[in-house]
Amino acid sequence: MTGLDLTVVEIVLRSAAVLAAFLVLPLLVGQMEHKVMGHMQGRLGPMYAGGFHGWAQLVADGVKFIQKEDLTPAAADRRLFRIAPALALVPYLVAMAVVPVHPGWVAADVPASALFVLVASGVSILGMLVAGWASANKYSLIGGMRSAAQLLAYELPLVLAVASVCLAAGTLSLTGIIDAWSPVWLLWQLPAALVFLVAAVAELNRPPFDMPIADAEIVMGPFTEYGGLRFAFFLLAEYAGIVLFSVLFAVLFLGGWRGPAPAWTGWLWTLLKALPVAFLIIWMRVAWPRLREDQLQRLAWLGLVPVALGQLALTAVVVVAL
Amino acid sequence: MTSLDLLFAAFGLVAVLAGLLAVTTTRVVHAAMWLVVALGSLAGCFLVLGAEFIALVQVLIYVGAIVVLVLFALMLTRSPVGPQREVSVGPRRRVLAAGVGAAAAGLLLAVLVPVATVLPERTVTSTETMARDLFGIWVWPFELLSLLLLTALVAAFAVSRMDSPAEGARAADVAAAPGDPERGLP
Repeated sequence: MTGLDLTVVEIVLRSAAVLAAFLVLPLLVGQMEHKVMGHMQGRLGPMYAGGFHGWAQLVADGVKFIQKEDLTPAAADRRLFRIAPALALVPYLVAMAVVPVHPGWVAADVPASALFVLVASGVSILGMLVAGWASANKYSLIGGMRSAAQLLAYELPLVLAVASVCLAAGTLSLTGIIDAWSPVWLLWQLPAALVFLVAAVAELNRPPFDMPIADAEIVMGPFTEYGGLRFAFFLLAEYAGIVLFSVLFAVLFLGGWRGPAPAWTGWLWTLLKALPVAFLIIWMRVAWPRLREDQLQRLAWLGLVPVALGQLALTAVVVVAL
Repeated sequence: MTSLDLLFAAFGLVAVLAGLLAVTTTRVVHAAMWLVVALGSLAGCFLVLGAEFIALVQVLIYVGAIVVLVLFALMLTRSPVGPQREVSVGPRRRVLAAGVGAAAAGLLLAVLVPVATVLPERTVTSTETMARDLFGIWVWPFELLSLLLLTALVAAFAVSRMDSPAEGARAADVAAAPGDPERGLP
């Protein structure tokens, strides 16, 4: 197994690099969301903090979150209530360690990294469920239940879409998938790509799949009782999730670091490919109304799962035939 | 005693402790969370033994799906914050359960400890090797198991969609309007 032959310094450096990416990229996505949403809705978004087009708005938000009181409701299950934000956030940090961004640039090159990322995102949802239950609030509980139902419905198409790509590449390693990628995949794996994108947005509980947190009817669902830094952790988890799934989309379906340019621009290509995906996820939030719970389940079980299964069969037939 | 052995022992210890807490706690949701810890530690054991794929699937299926299903069911039913005295059982059944658990553990130990005298070579099982064995040597048991799962799935759907006889009769009553000769009388 790799990873065991690294020196301590190397491990610390790699971890620090992942942590830095984990702290910077979600902020960039958050700022992009502020600005993109603002302009799509005919307004400017934040303009004052930091001077130039409100670039420091999220830093200001962070400072505000830190200053707030750390509240735990009297009726809540204290221990789980406090653990839940970490449970939602940490898996994404761990998952980011295995995503390759440049030839040879991956913090931990595990052999089954594609599966590893799925596992991490699955564990992260547990944080929302626990938050929903531990808050001892009926809106939170409803949100937690919706979240669980959504996770069970959308985890399957997500796994199937990734399985199709892994089957096409003949490996579970993300690095191996990039090596095996060819432009034909853009057409061949297109259904899987669409399924992956939709299921990823649903996993993140982003609009139009934000039934579990529906702020207008169940007051942010599992997050109702959260404030201050713990609430910020949930927000950070959401943005980290956008970053993770965007980069993962670029790696799985768009060939990651490959591009018509000198080899050293690899990481630039990864970012260039991931950025439009993140933009698309933000765009979906502005463009579509929230799906009702039954529509949400119908889309997953009658739409995405059959498409993903069909794609899997197609991939298998092509792999065996060629 | 290598560092891997130590890791294995640590994961095993955590798994056992979390398992004990899962069955002794009086808070149902806490039991589910201890189950997460136990299953995660078991995945750690698999990882130390070099079975990466099994470890990941263990977390993906058990923590990512089974425990989520358990939590979902708990949220649908009564699961108040705080201890639930009514779910805990009397001392007689506790002793009985502990006895059965100890007997099962003893049986496993009796079988496994004699085998464990020689330290086996620790090999990393690659996913390819596992897939080749699974779909080569073990392909018939594998297919049989998937058939079993499929049957259970279809049966579960059938059970959940089946009306109870009383409800069915009432529905027939409503449907068979008087003067409708084709429907007949129930």
